[in-house]
Amino acid sequence: MYRIGSGAGFSGDRIDAPQSVVRAIAAAGEGGAVIFETLGERTLALGQIAKRQDPLRGYEPLLDDILEPILAQCIAAGIVIVGNFGQANPPAAARAIQDLATRLGLGTVRIAIVTGDDLVGRVDLTQTERWDGDGRLPGLDGDVIAINAYLGAGAIADAIRSGAQVVVTGRVADPALALGPLVAHFNWSWTDLDRIAAGTLVGHLLECGSQVSGGFFADPGFKDVPDTADIGFPIAEVDADGSFVITKAEGTGGLVDLRTVKEQLLYEIHDPAAYLTPDVTLDITGVELQQVGPDRVRVTGARGHQAPHKLKATVSVYGDWLGEAEISYAGPNALARARLAITTIDERLRRRSLPVRHRSDIIGTVSAFDSDDGDLLAAFGSVPAGDYRVRFAFGGNSQREVERAVQEVNALYCCGPAGGGGVRQSVRPRVRTLSHMVPRDLVEMGFHFAGGEP
Amino acid sequence: MSEPSRRIALYQIAHGRSGDKGNRLNVNVIAYEPRHWPVLLAEVTTERVAALFAHRGVTRVTRYELPRLGALNFVIEDALEGGVNSSLGVDTHGKCLSYLVLGLEILVPNEPGETPLASPVLQTAR
Repeated sequence: MYRIGSGAGFSGDRIDAPQSVVRAIAAAGEGGAVIFETLGERTLALGQIAKRQDPLRGYEPLLDDILEPILAQCIAAGIVIVGNFGQANPPAAARAIQDLATRLGLGTVRIAIVTGDDLVGRVDLTQTERWDGDGRLPGLDGDVIAINAYLGAGAIADAIRSGAQVVVTGRVADPALALGPLVAHFNWSWTDLDRIAAGTLVGHLLECGSQVSGGFFADPGFKDVPDTADIGFPIAEVDADGSFVITKAEGTGGLVDLRTVKEQLLYEIHDPAAYLTPDVTLDITGVELQQVGPDRVRVTGARGHQAPHKLKATVSVYGDWLGEAEISYAGPNALARARLAITTIDERLRRRSLPVRHRSDIIGTVSAFDSDDGDLLAAFGSVPAGDYRVRFAFGGNSQREVERAVQEVNALYCCGPAGGGGVRQSVRPRVRTLSHMVPRDLVEMGFHFAGGEP
Repeated sequence: MSEPSRRIALYQIAHGRSGDKGNRLNVNVIAYEPRHWPVLLAEVTTERVAALFAHRGVTRVTRYELPRLGALNFVIEDALEGGVNSSLGVDTHGKCLSYLVLGLEILVPNEPGETPLASPVLQTAR
């Protein structure tokens, strides 16, 4: 049996989360792995921009905070650390981890760096097709910041077989973070597709951290979760045949049951018979779940089919400027005053001919469900007294024009409806991402050890 | 002499989660109890889900059925107004949107002698 835990489900996750996971795996005394998924579609481009400004940056900014409490125990207990926290600059992340190890008195750590995801200069995007899930999003325009292919688990597995104690990657398919250690441990063949599928499913269920163990789940009165302030991150106990149990460390909050596992099983899945990854096409339609103990769910029945011929790549380009501004209206007739603030801003933008996209929402009504056109808000009838916050958003290619639009909201203080307060405003540049499908032969995946070690 | 069926909100018999990739949203809807699986199949149709998102200009809705899990998975194309990096909305990921689906009003058969809902506190007078 092999244990893999999750230490982070996104960049910005709880930094103390891996500690109970590592303690539990270490206590079992058989080694294992802990994986960190900290790389969203946008994070990579932000890392790329940071790296251009400083060649020592561009990796997960919280890396030290995450690893410092666990690094010594992982090394002592034979727990391999695998993370895409290298983001746009895995070599710099590796250097930072070695510096941390030196500071902690751990000596030289075998840190592997996975390479090959960065396709800038290697691919002509005009010769590639777009990924169909982007639908009617506009195509490529503007300067390309980054192109990164989703790599499979091969290099991670090879690095661990070569003795890596830490594996630093950039863009890899999220489930590959778990599949790599499993293939290395069990020596599964890459053509044994049901095993590769099972390892991919382990990764899929772990990749979002506590989303399978009670995070992003609690709904008081419907789905109650114990101790939401200390949800235990998940641990998979995997058998050689690919069946596994999802559980969490004893004494932590959260829960693992059929409901939490089902929600995560289908999370960001499209066709359940064909979840496309670089290593396998995963079919979860035959998956069986069984509660085998408190906070223990057994998962069996993953099936694998041939992997797709092309790899998905995220293309990041400089996007628009986003301006946001908010103002509150409260008490009697607040909703009418909030609506008047919106029509006032609409009219101001029209009269000033500011060429920005804009949208207005009244928070406390239907803001999260509504459209840019405000159809739901128009139909929203409610008690007009209350506590409403109007949120305006502006998008445009010109920073100055977006700032001018935001300034109009600030002017509502004196010029808008009665009793408007609490204006907050911000203007920031955005990075836009699109997905393209690239031929596998353009991608040369590999790894090397940091510090030039053989 | 009870009504043969009654109207409730979907969230009283099912739970779910939404996720985004690009401009594509997926929402899973999972029955708390196996006996409500046929209700999900009959009531939570592609057409009704498409109608919930019509104001977002969705271009297509596909429903996948997972009977072993008692779950439906809806893939809703172009529901995210540009998605996480382009949308002007409050929730650019669409994380809240599972609850738009879970608010759907559905018809469930009355089953005498059984607790009709997932939890007694959820019963609505009717």
